[in-house]
Amino acid sequence: MEITLYHYLTVGAILFSLGLYAMISRKNAIMILMGIELILNACNLNFIAFSKYGGLGVDGQLISIFVILLAVAEAAIALAIVLNIYNNFNTANIDEVDSMKD
Amino acid sequence: MEFALKFLPLAILIIPLVSFLIIIFFGKRLPRQGDWLGTGFLFLNLFLSLYVFIAFMSLGNYSITYDWFSLGANETKFTVGFVVDQLSAVMLIVVNLISALVHLFSVKYMEGDSKYSKYFAYLGLFTFSMLGIVITNNLLLMYVFWELVGLSSYLLIGFWYEKKPPQEAAKKAFIVNRIGDFGFLIGIMIVFYFIGNFAFSEIFSGISSGKIPSGWLTAAGILLFCGAIGKSAQFPLHTWLPDAMEGPTPVSALIHAATMVAAGVYLTARIFIMLSADALTFVAFIGAITAFIAATIALTQNDIKKILAYSTVSQLGYMIMAIGVGAYSYGVFHLVTHAFFKACMFLGAGSVIYGMHHIQNISEMGGLRKKMPITFVTFLISTLAISGIPFTSGFLSKDSILASTMAFGSINGGITIIIPIIAFLVAGMTAFYMFRLVIKTFLGEPRNKEKYDHCHESPLQMTLPLMILSGLSIFFFYSFNPFGAEGGWFINVLKSPESLLVGTKGAIYHIVSREEFHEALHHAHYPAMILSLVLAGLGILISFVFYFWNKVDTEKLKKALNPLYKFSLNKWYFDELYHYTAVSFVMGLSALASLFDKYVIDGIVNGAAYLTVKLSDFGGLFDKYVVDGLVNFTGGTVWVFGMILRKFQTGRVQTYIGFLVFSIVLLYFIFRWI
Repeated sequence: MEITLYHYLTVGAILFSLGLYAMISRKNAIMILMGIELILNACNLNFIAFSKYGGLGVDGQLISIFVILLAVAEAAIALAIVLNIYNNFNTANIDEVDSMKD
Repeated sequence: MEFALKFLPLAILIIPLVSFLIIIFFGKRLPRQGDWLGTGFLFLNLFLSLYVFIAFMSLGNYSITYDWFSLGANETKFTVGFVVDQLSAVMLIVVNLISALVHLFSVKYMEGDSKYSKYFAYLGLFTFSMLGIVITNNLLLMYVFWELVGLSSYLLIGFWYEKKPPQEAAKKAFIVNRIGDFGFLIGIMIVFYFIGNFAFSEIFSGISSGKIPSGWLTAAGILLFCGAIGKSAQFPLHTWLPDAMEGPTPVSALIHAATMVAAGVYLTARIFIMLSADALTFVAFIGAITAFIAATIALTQNDIKKILAYSTVSQLGYMIMAIGVGAYSYGVFHLVTHAFFKACMFLGAGSVIYGMHHIQNISEMGGLRKKMPITFVTFLISTLAISGIPFTSGFLSKDSILASTMAFGSINGGITIIIPIIAFLVAGMTAFYMFRLVIKTFLGEPRNKEKYDHCHESPLQMTLPLMILSGLSIFFFYSFNPFGAEGGWFINVLKSPESLLVGTKGAIYHIVSREEFHEALHHAHYPAMILSLVLAGLGILISFVFYFWNKVDTEKLKKALNPLYKFSLNKWYFDELYHYTAVSFVMGLSALASLFDKYVIDGIVNGAAYLTVKLSDFGGLFDKYVVDGLVNFTGGTVWVFGMILRKFQTGRVQTYIGFLVFSIVLLYFIFRWI
């Protein structure tokens, strides 16, 4: 079976949906961050697929690399925030972190 | 001299007012509560009025008029002004002299009273009002001062208003006077309707040119005289005066001698020349009836002040009668002489009451001549004067009045004969009851030993006025001939003015000219004198037989004449009569009016209130359910939507993301189908 653009896009869509689902349904901040990583990777997969089958060329690969870099930076900062939340609230559950709500 | 007549009358009028104002506002802060101020001012006033009198003697009548204001389409002018003529010049002295002496007397008599300064303020106001009546030259202003006299008498009679009787007496004096004043007011209006002016000079010249028809003139005269009936306590409005004895005794002296009751006689003398024959006859009969009724009541009274009060009413009747029969000069002459000896008697009674520590019943007195020699002698002189004994002023004036009534009777004949008969009877009765008072009070043995032992002569402040006033009851102040006032300087000053209506026809009794009247008077002089002396002597003799030598058992006499005695003791039942007729009628009317007020007026008011309450209730309900309902509905709707929408606003980012995704999907499908 020949692998076509649609296969890539399908895998990307599945990855995106899983990421989205993780982002919406998980309570743990780490899990939400992982959902975000999944979405970013789904995007990366799409960019790569379009760089191979579409007219995007090498630009798609470059954008993917940027996205990966971005994800790294984002993960570092987000994890640092989560760590601080954990230190302050003694939990990583985002439902319980609501002291600004009142 | 001109200056004296131009400005001094005004000054004399204003000074007591100033005294009143100063004492009423600052009295409590002045040393001695300001009694020296009131008294000093009045003595100053006395000297000013003596000076005015001297000026009047050399310059004659003086009158000054100022414009006050004008009214109406034809600019009817109202004026104020004063007049100095024989009447007002003499009255100024009488009023100021007696008022000054009463002030002096009161300093001791009222000592220690809680309203001491107020008392002197009121005396000032009273004097001011009376002086206003005396010097004014128009009826309107006279009416104003007339009412002021009513007010100040009310204040002074009810001076001890903490007690019930003075309150009642003050009210009675005021209300009874109002009845007379009502007639006075109507009289003024009649005069004004025809003349269009209030000034006496205008009125008199208008009458002599016949501006008032004769019927109206009689009505106006009688109605104006109604004011005098009230103020001078004439029948049928005499009942207030004996009750007015509830005031402080010096006030009684002032009211009875100089101020209030003199006002009525003064008014009658002022309008004398415009009184028609019928009106004059009316005046004469009222005076005679009053003199008779009051004299019979005085026979049996036991309160020293009540006897003097009825004696005053009786003597006022004399004065009014004298003016009524046309003896203007003698009426005013008697007013003056009576003012002095009656003031002396009242102040003497005050001195007795002061000495006896507020005993007023003469049957508890007796023998006081040893304890109070000065009071006794002065009182005796005044009593001789009022009884008409020769060498006193009372003899001169009373004898002239008796002669005038005889002249009147002989000129007119018919029923008018009653007037001289009454006059002579009253003369005899006056001598009797006055000596009864003197004997019971000063002579004989003390009946109340305990009070007698504590009794003492009054201090000089009280006896000095007595001495001055009794001194003025001696004949030579008025005429050098002790047996006749005619030709004396005083009668020459008080020359009777000629009536404006001499010889007018249409009256039952025609008014005779002054000369004609004097001719008749001359004939009546000696018979009148002898008759009056006999009657006065008889009265005094009977009095001595009854009360000094006790030859007749008065108790038995009382029993024998029981109905008459009771009738006199109860003052002819006038108070009861008025109580059951006029007072109950007015009270009934008031009760009716009050019922009308209560049920009709109050009913309307309450109905309106009830309606308003009901309307408001309805309005309240509308507010509550409709207006509030709308407001609450708005609020409630917002609340419901809020409650629904807040469910979406969870504050969780995940929920928002969920909505975001859902919406995008929705939008995708929407656009897809479009």
